[in-house]
Parts: sequence; C-alpha cells; structure tokens
Amino acid sequence: MTTGGSDDFRASFFEECDELLEAMHDGLGLMQDGAGDGETVHVIFRAVHSIKGGAGAFGLDALVSFAHQLETVLERLRSGKIEATPDLLTLFQQCGDYLSDLVTAARADAAVDPGPADALGRRLDAASGPDCDTSEAVSQAADDFVPLALDLDALEDPQESDADDPMSSGIGHHITFTAEPELFSSGNEPALLFRALATLGPTRVGADVSDVPPLSLLDPTMSHLSWEIELDGDCPADIVLDVFDFVSDCASVEIAPLEHIAAPPDRSTVPASDDIAPAAGADAAAPAEGQPPNSETVGWGHEPARAALPEPAVAPPQLSARIAAPQTIRVDFERVDKLINLVGELVIKEAMLSQAVGKLTLNTGNEVLQELDGLKQLAGEIQEGVMAIRAQPIKPLFQRMGRTIREAAAMTNKRVRLVMKGEAAEVDKTVLERLVDPLTHMVRNAVDHGLEDTETRMAAGKPAEGSVTLSAAHRSGRVVIEISDDGGGINRDKVRQLAEKKGLIAPDAPLISSDIDALLFMPGFSSKDEVSELSGRGVGLDVVRSEITALGGRMSIQSELGVGTVFSISLPLTLAVLEGMVVNVAGQTMVVPITAIQETLQPASARIHTIGPGTKVLSIRETLMPVADLGAHFGFREPPEELDDHVLLVIETDTDRRCALIVDALQDQRQVVIKSLETNYSQIDGISAATILGDGRIALIVDPEGVAGGVSPVPATLVAPANPDIVEGDSLVTA
Amino acid sequence: MSLSVLAIDDSRTMRNLLSAALGRAGYSVELAEDGQDGLERFARTNPDVVITDINMPNLDGFGVIEGVRSMAPGRVVPILVLTTESAPELRQRARAAGATGWIVKPFDDEKLIWAIERVAPTGGAA
Repeated sequence: MTTGGSDDFRASFFEECDELLEAMHDGLGLMQDGAGDGETVHVIFRAVHSIKGGAGAFGLDALVSFAHQLETVLERLRSGKIEATPDLLTLFQQCGDYLSDLVTAARADAAVDPGPADALGRRLDAASGPDCDTSEAVSQAADDFVPLALDLDALEDPQESDADDPMSSGIGHHITFTAEPELFSSGNEPALLFRALATLGPTRVGADVSDVPPLSLLDPTMSHLSWEIELDGDCPADIVLDVFDFVSDCASVEIAPLEHIAAPPDRSTVPASDDIAPAAGADAAAPAEGQPPNSETVGWGHEPARAALPEPAVAPPQLSARIAAPQTIRVDFERVDKLINLVGELVIKEAMLSQAVGKLTLNTGNEVLQELDGLKQLAGEIQEGVMAIRAQPIKPLFQRMGRTIREAAAMTNKRVRLVMKGEAAEVDKTVLERLVDPLTHMVRNAVDHGLEDTETRMAAGKPAEGSVTLSAAHRSGRVVIEISDDGGGINRDKVRQLAEKKGLIAPDAPLISSDIDALLFMPGFSSKDEVSELSGRGVGLDVVRSEITALGGRMSIQSELGVGTVFSISLPLTLAVLEGMVVNVAGQTMVVPITAIQETLQPASARIHTIGPGTKVLSIRETLMPVADLGAHFGFREPPEELDDHVLLVIETDTDRRCALIVDALQDQRQVVIKSLETNYSQIDGISAATILGDGRIALIVDPEGVAGGVSPVPATLVAPANPDIVEGDSLVTA
Repeated sequence: MSLSVLAIDDSRTMRNLLSAALGRAGYSVELAEDGQDGLERFARTNPDVVITDINMPNLDGFGVIEGVRSMAPGRVVPILVLTTESAPELRQRARAAGATGWIVKPFDDEKLIWAIERVAPTGGAA
C-alpha cells in the first residue's frame, strides 16, 4: 500500500518475519519444555502481532487473518483467561508451523492450502474459551484493517460526496464543539482540529468564552471553551466527524445540516483560514505552537510531574536479546562472494610471493622473510574473517527440524521432543542450505526407525517420550553435527540378514559391528519393502551420504542396542577452500581432495596383478581393488606398464567404490582455494574445480567420485591372496 | 524547520514504512526500536510529535506515553499510538495514559499525515 521502494521494504519484512518466526518457535519450545516464564508468552504474542502488522501493510490478507486468529488466543493466554494446557501448546506449535507456511507462500507469491487455516481456526476457536470467538474476532480484524473511513476522493473533490447521506445537506454542516475541561491533557489542540476541518471546505469558527472563569480562578490546564463552526460544502458527515475522532471522549461534537440552523450563532465569528489563531489564545493555556505554558506547576491532568521514569518492565531472562542485539548491516551476497574470491587471489598471490622469495636463498632471519611471515599470517586471518561473513548460525536449520520431528511424530503416533545443543555454531550459508534435505531425512529416520513406539519404550523402562537431539560443535576447523536418538539402537542381526537377503554381502562375510552399521549407507540397502511411508520417499541413507560428501563432509554411525543411535556429520566450515593433496601426473599438477584419500602407498609389484590387457588390480588386506591411471583417465598418456616409480592413492568414494589411482609423485598437502570451472568453462567429468598454486600454475581438482565411476570393478570371481605382511612396510600415509 | 517526529516500533518493517512515509511528507524522522530506546531518544531529540507502537519489549507503548508525559511536564507533546486493534478499551487505556490520538495499522501516507495534522502544527494543511 505504500509506494516507493516497497520491494525493498517487502524483502526486509520477510527477513524480519524469519526473525520473528524464530523468536516465536523459540518461545513455543520453551513453553513446551515448561521452561517458559511470564515474558515468554508476551514474546510469542509480539512476534505474531508484528507479523500481522507488517502483513497488513503489504496486503497479505491470508497471513493477516490467520495471525489475528492466533494472536487472539495468545492474548487470552497472556491475560490469564485460558490455561496453557499441553493440547493448547501442541495447537500453538501447529499454528506456528502453518504461519511459517503462510509467510513462505506470501514471500513466493504462491498460493497456500487454505485447508489448515479452517481446521486450525476451528481449534483455536475451541481453545479460546467460551466467551470469545476468534472467528468473530476475525471479522473484527477485517474491520480493523479497513482503513479509517476517510474518503480521500471526497476530500479532493467535494462534488463527489455521497448523495444518499442523510446528513449531507448539500450546503454544509453546523458543528458544535464543546471541549471537556481535560481536553488539553491528552495533547489535543482545537485550533489544529479546526484547521484540519478547513481542508474539507470553507469554515467560520466562533468561540463561546462565557464559561471562562475570572483570571484569579482560572486553571490554565483546563479548557473552558466551546465553539460553533460552520462548514460549507457537502462533505459527508462521517468525514467531518472523523476530524474529531481523537477527541470523541473528551469533547462533545454535535453536527447538523447547516440549513437547519435558523440563524448564525450570535457570537463573534472569525473567518477560518490557515492563520486561525490557536484557541489557546483565548484560553491562555493550550500548548500552542510548542510554546511552553506559562506555569511551571502544571500537571496537565496528571499527578504532579513524576520524579523519575517509570520502572521499565523487568528484563526477561532469555528472549529479550533485543537489548543486546548485535549491530548489523545488510550486504548483498554477491559482494561477499566477490570479496571471498579476491581474498582467494590474495592467498594465492601470497603463496606465489613466498615461492619467489624462496628462490632468492635468503638467510634465515632476513627481514624480507620475517615480513613475509607477517603477511602470510595476515592473509590467513583476512581469509578467516571473510569466511566468517558467510557463516550463519545453524539454529534456524535445527528449528526447522523441530517441525519435521513434530510431523513425523504425529504420523508415527510417537511422542518425541527435540533437544538442541550448540545451535549457535556457525556454518557457511551454502553448506547450511544444502544440509536441509539430508538433515530432514535423517531426523525423519530417527523418529521413524530410531525411536521405539511408546509401548516398547515403557516396557523397556524408558520415558514414554522419545528424544531426538541435534547438536553442533566446532572441532579442529570443521563443524560436527550429530543427530542422536534415545531409541532402540541398530539391530545388527537384522541389518545383516537384510543385507544378505539383498545380496549386498556374502552370507559368511566376517563383519564387525561398524562394518554392519556401514551397510546402512550402501546403495540398495533400504528399499520400499522395509521403509515405512514416512521415511521412504525413495531416498536411502546412501543418498544422504553422497550429499554430505558433495559438501566435503564425512558421516559415521555409533549405536548401542537399547540405548540409541548417533549419526555424526563432519563438515568443512566453508566451501571456498579445500584440503587437498597436490600430485604430479604426466607432467600435470593436480589436486585430490584429502577427504577421499584413505591411504597412499608405494606399490610393491608383488601386490599388483595384471588380470587382462591394461587391467590391473591391487591386492591389499585380503581385498582386491581396481587400479586406474589418473593420467590415462584424462587422456594425458597411455597407462604405465611398470608402477615401481609411481605412487598409488587409495580412494574411497561415498558410494563405497574403492580404487587405487596411479600418480607420478606426491608434492604437498595443503589448503587450496577453489575456483569454479563451471562458471567460466563447463563441467568436465572427473574434475570438480580448479585452483591456482603458489607458483602461479593452474591445477585441476580431481572429483574422486567421477574418476572412480569410470573404473571397471574387480570381477567377483577373483580372490585376493593372503599376504597382509607386505602392506605394513610401505604404506606412506594413512589418511 | 520541518516538524520532527519520533517513531517507536519494535518491528523493523513498521519502522521502514514509517520512516519512508514521514520522510516523503517532509518531516524529519527519528526511529526507536522499543519503548526504552524511544524514551532515551525522546530525551535527546525533543521531537515535536511521538508515534509509538503498543506491544513492544522492554517498555510498552503505555509506558512510553507515561514516560514522555513525565519527562516533559511543561509541554504536552502530541503522542499518536499505532495500533492494529481498534478495540475501544485499548484506545481508552492509551488515552488514560495520555495519548493524543491513534493510527490504525495498516496505514497509508494520507492516513498517517492526516493523523499528524490533527495533533501537530505542521505549518499548513497539506
């Protein structure tokens, strides 16, 4: 409704909605846990109220009307008219979720299923107690949101006024305005009202001073005047009355068609115009034009001036972060990314400079070396600082999972609570966004498969309510997210049977517990027969893991029968740098992500078996894995016949494909700045990105998944010879 | 000198909208994000008009009205209350605390200025 920059305001409104929804969900969570206090419900109320207010400004009617329904019941709760029963809190949670949906829909200009609004509205009605009807409140809300009856067209063009208005005389109005003595204490000033009236048509104003007491008895804070005003033109009476809206309770206003007045009031009549003398001129009391009144003892209808400000409301303990809210600025995401790229360049330049200086063979302690060290440290700090700009707290993501849990709990008839730990931990924005799907899946999984049903829990002596804990913590340059449940744990016998049935493992395969747990991540482990309607959806944990790996992350499981299961995800803090192994291949420099490398080894020819023309396998710890030449994969050369001078990288992909890649030499293990190829060139199979090394050379970053995907697996008929003793001696690095 | 308006609202969206509308009308605008902040800014800037929300953390709109009235005992500063509730009891409470008038949200430029014109010497009917 307000024009001009309204797109910005709209965007800013939705950003604020995110914060308000977070505050609301926080508050609801506290109440659910019984940890809320008197302020909590106020915070929730204000959040919903502010969403309603903003939504009204942008004409988002569905949002306004639902927020109003919710707000009405919240108001009854905060005024103590109804009790916070568990049912009511559950209803609030569901309403909160639906409110989030409405905000999301409004933001995308999308339609939203109105069904829940009706159903939830009816339940809100029922919850609001006998003497309140939110639907009535809704219609009242609708009334609220009709702008005041100020017909602006009529203001601009008096000829267009409503001809049916019985009060419209076509000639004008006679208005009698009598101020109550305390009119001034509210800050209202008759002169301003008359001036506003004069915008509706020509006016003549006369003041009745007959009630003004003698000066000795005059209380200058009190009004003793009344006025007769004649307004010409046929402005509708309701618009005339609207002028006096603010004083309707401290003045009497009578309005009659002008023609009904037999004679003009028998008082001195002054012409009305912009220079109407303030009424205070006659009364000597009103605060006209900002002049202080002529008395310092004036109390303006209040008790004598209070000595101090009223005590502010006691600061609520948890949710009133607003006081200490950090100062923020809003920056375009593009700008940050540009800055990150530039800092990447800086880091590369710094590395190049180091290398160039290294060639100078300077003495240790040389000033140049010292300064270079300083520069190196500074560049590192700048890089960290810039990365931190992209970082965002993980809390909103966790909160979103709260909803997933509630929905999953409802579908499985389980009682589940969400516990959050370390939700203030910050993670790169893009990583956060790409975590939504995997985390949703895992949380559903935890409720559906992880937690037992209520009877089983009770029988096992556990609390009926299961809990799913989401935690986040920074550990050595990575962030570790754990999804844990206090359910029955992984039934390894069952998993094993299932895997055997599906042919994923040999019936007599010697597997330790962690091997069995790892089966859960195998493609094809979960199928539609075993998964319920809820966590099914055609996605298995293998997909979750490949999404996590795509983010440079690793996943692991710990589980104890009867106690619960913990899924851990370890992620890099940023997607802009990568820990890589720099290798030489056929005269090229390439980078292999460290996360994919299990170990590196110098092959003893005894362990390399040629099983066909150009096809080699590596025998390692009683297993065989295919060997592929990285140079040949990219077409740099023919695969080498002799591997004695080469190095093998044993890589494991997230789809559990293992293979050994032949490279010529290992150079270095270091952080590299990722430069996207896709934006500048195109996607290449087996290459994920590029980087620039300290010597200025460009190195391609290998995508292990892509490379391994092109390697033929070892035929199942081959069996590895048992020669474990060879491995230990020549393993170079174990990742 | 242009009329100075102090607008107090805990909603950033409302502050944005108020600031833009008041700016377009040629008023000078000071913004505050809750009641306490509002009173501090009131003391510092001594505005011609105060516009305040009711539901706010730290100090609500009623507290703002009482605070302003007690801070400027020699001058009845016009105070307009922003409200979505047209409920009479809320206005009554605001009035009892000393509010001059009210603006029902959502507002547009005209409605806002129309309210201000009726309580403050704006230097001419617009």
